[in-house]
Amino acid sequence: MGEVVIVGGGLGALRTAESLRSAGHSGPITVVGDELFPPYNRPPLSKDALLDGIDMARLEFRRRPSVDDVTWRLGRRVVAADLSSGTITLDDGTLLKADGLVVASGIRPRRLPLAGPAEGRFALRTAADAEQIRSRLTPGSHVLIMGAGFIGCEVAATARRLGCEVTVVALDDEPMIRPLGAQVGAAMRRRHEREGVRFRLGHTIDSFHGDEQVRSASLSDGSELPADVVVEAVGSVTNTEWLDGNALDLSDGVLVDSAMRIVGSAMPAVAVGDVARHPNALFGNVPYRVEHWSIPTETGRRAGRTLAAQLSGDDPDTGPFTALPSFWSDQYDISLQSFGMPGLATRLEVVDGSLDEPCIIEYRDDDGLVGVVGIDRTSDLTGYRTRLQDRAIV
Amino acid sequence: MARILVDADKCQGYGQCCYEAPAIFTLIDAPVTYVADVDESLRDDAERAADACPVQAITVE
Repeated sequence: MGEVVIVGGGLGALRTAESLRSAGHSGPITVVGDELFPPYNRPPLSKDALLDGIDMARLEFRRRPSVDDVTWRLGRRVVAADLSSGTITLDDGTLLKADGLVVASGIRPRRLPLAGPAEGRFALRTAADAEQIRSRLTPGSHVLIMGAGFIGCEVAATARRLGCEVTVVALDDEPMIRPLGAQVGAAMRRRHEREGVRFRLGHTIDSFHGDEQVRSASLSDGSELPADVVVEAVGSVTNTEWLDGNALDLSDGVLVDSAMRIVGSAMPAVAVGDVARHPNALFGNVPYRVEHWSIPTETGRRAGRTLAAQLSGDDPDTGPFTALPSFWSDQYDISLQSFGMPGLATRLEVVDGSLDEPCIIEYRDDDGLVGVVGIDRTSDLTGYRTRLQDRAIV
Repeated sequence: MARILVDADKCQGYGQCCYEAPAIFTLIDAPVTYVADVDESLRDDAERAADACPVQAITVE
């Protein structure tokens, strides 16, 4: 039984470790994570935890007893890896030898190089980020949110509930336009506007002003907005720099096959979660990175089985990967849930209800249904899940 | 026997558990309705359901 090193300490790392154990791998497993906490649930960081306070005991994932013997090296970052010799280098100079590698290093928020003071500018990814932002969301403070994706909109909703003055600035025409489409995005914008959020869409921020602390921002149209707190939610960057020099396809995360094996790796190696660009037979086997909550669990489960087989000299299951992506979002009392990949659709149709009320929206491309979104209709999506799962081109 | 426990304060009615383990969980409204004691053969399904819960409200003993 060989030694496995898992790089990254989030949900994907945990699920891969559990899967390795349930697939019979009994050798040592070491997880290297740059945060100080064992794997915890991130979605509440923009919602309940930001509203009510961050309680790590509540956010931490339960870990199966099978991973009790895993070595957790937390607060440590991997800086390099040599896949031809199986050597992993940590930021304190420690070298780890691995027979099997799991890339679970995830993503980090994209930051924009804008002029002006840095104090008061935040991005949200970790519990530590959420703690810092939370301490600044005081009633009456001016909160400027850059980006109108899910994280930006969720933080906007939470900041309103905390009594802040909230403005969302984004280049997009509507909030959440890429995953949901313009019509549904517009309906969500109207709901936010009714709650008092202001939108400046089609604009970017040119620069920030203030002495040490941000006090205002200049927009691309020359106008100026007051800003005590800036939350930058303008997408993500994959954490793959440490894999440079191994002749891998790192053009958008790490390219893997349907068994989650890293394409071109010199050693048994898999990638999982946000960082893995994986094919999905439900969506034509085109490799995509999918930053949905369900993906670390689904890819981790598959990757653990693959690596366990490789390390014991067996052939891994190379059959199609057919996990159905799903995401949800809570903004105010609105509960939005999705199955499939609505972002791939070329057209959408509201099939039940109307956009400003509870409704179901079907998303299609030329081949049929690619996704569904329910607004306050969670319990009615069951049939859609089955239909989407049947898309598999096996 | 596997014992299932759902934290009713945490459950938001996402219904992911119902897809993973339809023999155990039924969603009409939050909190989800479930069978508390299930046969050992359903343990895997129950654990998948616990993994899939967005608010981690499910415990399997």
